[in-house]
Amino acid sequence: MFETASDYAQNVDFVMLLIVGISVVLLLGITIAMIYFVIRYSRKRNPVAKQIHGHVLLEIIWIVIPTIIVMIMFWYGYEGYQRLRADSEGAYEVKVFSFMWGWNFEYPNGKKTDTLYIPLSQKTKLVMTSRDVLHSLYIPAFRLKEDLIAGKSTFIVLEPSKTGSFDIACAEYCGLNHSRMYTKLHVLEDSEFDKWLKIGMPDEEIKDETETDTPQDSVKAEVLAK
Amino acid sequence: MSDSTVNTNGDYVNFYQYKGKHSGILGWLLSVDHKRIGLLYLGSMVLFFLVGMTLGFFMRLEMWNPGQDVMGPQTYNALFTLHGIIMIFLVIIPGIPAGFGNFFLPIQIGAEDVSFPRLNLLSWYLYTIGGLLAVASLFLSGGPIDTGWTFYAPYSLRTGTEVIMPLMAAFILGFSSILTGVNFVTTVHRLRAPGMTFFKMPLFIWALYSTAWIQIIGTPIIGITILLVIVERLFGVGLFDPAMGGDPILFQHLFWIYSHPAVYIMILPAMGVVSEIIPTFSRKTIFGYGAIAVSSIAIAFVGTLVWGHHMFTSGMSDESRWVYSFLTFIVALPSGVKIFNWVATMYKGSIKAETPFLYVMAFIFLFSIGGLTGLVLGSLATDVHLHDTYFVVAHFHYVMFGGTIFIFFAALHYWFPKMFGKMYNTKIANIALAIMVVGFNMLYFTFFILGYLGMPRRYYDYLPEFQGMHQFATVGSWVLIAGILLMFTNLFLGLKNGKKAGNNPWGGMTLEWTVPSPPPLLNFKKIPTVKYGPYEYEHYDEVTKNVN
Repeated sequence: MFETASDYAQNVDFVMLLIVGISVVLLLGITIAMIYFVIRYSRKRNPVAKQIHGHVLLEIIWIVIPTIIVMIMFWYGYEGYQRLRADSEGAYEVKVFSFMWGWNFEYPNGKKTDTLYIPLSQKTKLVMTSRDVLHSLYIPAFRLKEDLIAGKSTFIVLEPSKTGSFDIACAEYCGLNHSRMYTKLHVLEDSEFDKWLKIGMPDEEIKDETETDTPQDSVKAEVLAK
Repeated sequence: MSDSTVNTNGDYVNFYQYKGKHSGILGWLLSVDHKRIGLLYLGSMVLFFLVGMTLGFFMRLEMWNPGQDVMGPQTYNALFTLHGIIMIFLVIIPGIPAGFGNFFLPIQIGAEDVSFPRLNLLSWYLYTIGGLLAVASLFLSGGPIDTGWTFYAPYSLRTGTEVIMPLMAAFILGFSSILTGVNFVTTVHRLRAPGMTFFKMPLFIWALYSTAWIQIIGTPIIGITILLVIVERLFGVGLFDPAMGGDPILFQHLFWIYSHPAVYIMILPAMGVVSEIIPTFSRKTIFGYGAIAVSSIAIAFVGTLVWGHHMFTSGMSDESRWVYSFLTFIVALPSGVKIFNWVATMYKGSIKAETPFLYVMAFIFLFSIGGLTGLVLGSLATDVHLHDTYFVVAHFHYVMFGGTIFIFFAALHYWFPKMFGKMYNTKIANIALAIMVVGFNMLYFTFFILGYLGMPRRYYDYLPEFQGMHQFATVGSWVLIAGILLMFTNLFLGLKNGKKAGNNPWGGMTLEWTVPSPPPLLNFKKIPTVKYGPYEYEHYDEVTKNVN
C-alpha cells in the first residue's frame, strides 16, 4: 500500500486488505467453479444434463454464510471510522474555507494560510465550510475526505503519526479548475509548530480569495463573479 | 388495437414482410408492433452507445499526459458530463427493457403484443425527443453542460453552461421510462398465456417486472427534482442553493433516492437475460428458480433504501452514515444468491459454450469484481477514502459496462437469429469478445489502483506520478474499442449476408423459440397453453415438437 500518515490510515488499509482478501477468495471460487463446470460438463463429455431444480439447504447456506461475512466487513468499516469521528474533544481546531479554486486555513490565533500546518502529537479538528459550491477536502495519506458546504459546518479529525508533507486534493467536482486545487498538509513537531504559529514561515504567503487568479477563458468565472 | 389486429396474409408472413396501413419508413415510425418498436429502440441505443464511446475515447486521449493534450478543461468537463448522461439515460437505463423487453416480453408470455401498443410507440417518441434535446443542447450559446451527470447543486444552479435543456431531456426520458414500466406491469398481469402462472414465467420476465415497478415508483422523484432545479435556475427560488437559503444536501438525497434504484433498473434486466442464456446452453433447468425470482423483488425493494451510501462524505449525520452502510451490505446478498444459483445451474449440465454463453461467463467474472468492490465501497472506512476517486469509476464501469452492457451484447448475440432470422459468424464474435475482455480489464482494473492511490475522479489534470497508469489505461481503451467495433461489424455483416438461422438454433425452451424466425406479426398462430416451467428440459421434446 502507499504512504500512510496516521494509525487510522493503517486501519483503513487493514479493512481494505480484509475485504479484498475475502473477495479474491470468493471471486476465484466462483470463476474456477464456473470454468471447471464448463469443461467437465461440456456437451461432448456429458451429452445429457441431469435436471436439478434446486437444493434448499444449499440456498440457506449461501445466504447465511455471506450474511456473516458482510456483517464482519460492515463492523470493521464502521468501528474505526466512528471512533475517530466521535472523539474529537480537546482537539486543536483549524477553520477551513474552500472556494473556486483554492483553500484558506485559519488558526485560533488568527493566522491565515493557504497550505495546512498541524502539530504532530495532538489531534487536529478541521472545522470546514465552503464559500461557494461544494468542495471536498481529501487527504489520501490520511484516507480521509469530507465535503465542504456553504452555510453548513462539517469536520475532519486528523491524528497524525509522523511528520512530513502530504497532498490535499479537492474530491467534489467544482468546475473548471477542480483538478488544480492541490495544496499541502505539513505535519510539524510540536515545538516547530508553535514556533511557526508565532513567527510564521518566511516563505509563507497569505492568499485571500479575492487575490486568486481567475482563468481568462472561463465563461463561468464571470457568471460566478456576479 | 388498430393495424396490429389485422390478419396476416398467411401464417408465415413475418413482421418485416407484413404490409400494414403504412409502408417504408412510415411503416416503422408509425408502427405499434412491439417488435418494430423494440428494434427502433435497439437501433437508437446502438447509435447513442457509439456516441458515448467516442466521447470516452477522447477523454482517455486527454489523460495521456498531465495538463493539456487535445482539449481544454472546459471541454473535458463537458465530455465526462455528456458521456455520463448519454450512457446512463439513453443507453443503459432503457437498454435491455425497452429494446429486448419490448421485442421479447410479449412473446415470452405468449401474448400478441403489449397491453398498450400506442402508449408503447409514444414511449419511443419521448425517448427520441429526449435524446435529440440532449444533443441539441450542445449547440446553444452557453456551451455544453459541465455539471457531471449528477447535476449536484449549487454548481448546477450557478454554472453559465446550458443546464435547462439537458435537464428537460432527462425529464422527458423519465416519462418514456415510466410509460414503458406501466405498460410492462399491465402486460405481465393481464396478457399471460393460459397456464402461465407467475412462477412459470421466464426469469427475464420476472426481472422486467421488478424493473418496471422501480421505474414507476422511482422515476417521478427524479422528475420532480429536475423541475425544482429548473425552477430555481429560472426564478431564483432558494431550494438547493445555500446562498438563497436552500440545502444542497437535500438535492443529493432527492437525486439518489431515484438514481440508486436506477442502478437496479440498469442491472436487473441484464440478470434476467443471464437467467435465460445459462439454462439454454446447459440444456438444464435453472437451479433455484424461486430464489432467483424472489431475489429480483428483494433487490428492487431493499435497493430503494440504500441511496445514502453515495453520500458518506456529504456532510450528512454520522448516524445516517452507518445505517446506510449496514443496509448496503444487506442488498449485496440477493445479488450473491443469483450468482451462486447461476454457477450451480451449470453443474451436471450439458454445456455448449457458444457465443452468448461466453458473454455470460465474461459477465459473471466482471460483474463479480464489480459487486465485490461494491463491498469495499459499502464499508465506511474504505469508502471515505475511495469516494469520488477512480476506484468508484472502476467499480461502476465493472457493474454497468461489464454487467449491463456486456449482457446487452450477449442478448444481441442470443436473440439475433430470432430477431433477424439470420446468423452471424460465431468465430469472429468470440474473438471480438476476447479482445474486449482484455481491453476492458486493462482500462478499468487500472482505475482501481489509481483510485486507491488517491487519484480523484473528474480531473482534467493530474499528478505526474499517475502518468504511467493513465497511459496504460488509455492503451486499454483502444483495445476495448477495437473489440467493440469488430463485434458490431461482425453483427452487421451477419445482418447483411448471414446464413439463414433456424427457428431454434440454440435449443431454447421459452416461447420465443417455438415461433418462426423472424416471428409473424402477432407472434403465434394460436396462443399456446403453458404446461411446464420455462426451463424444465425434461419436457423439452414435448414443448418444442412443432418447431421446425
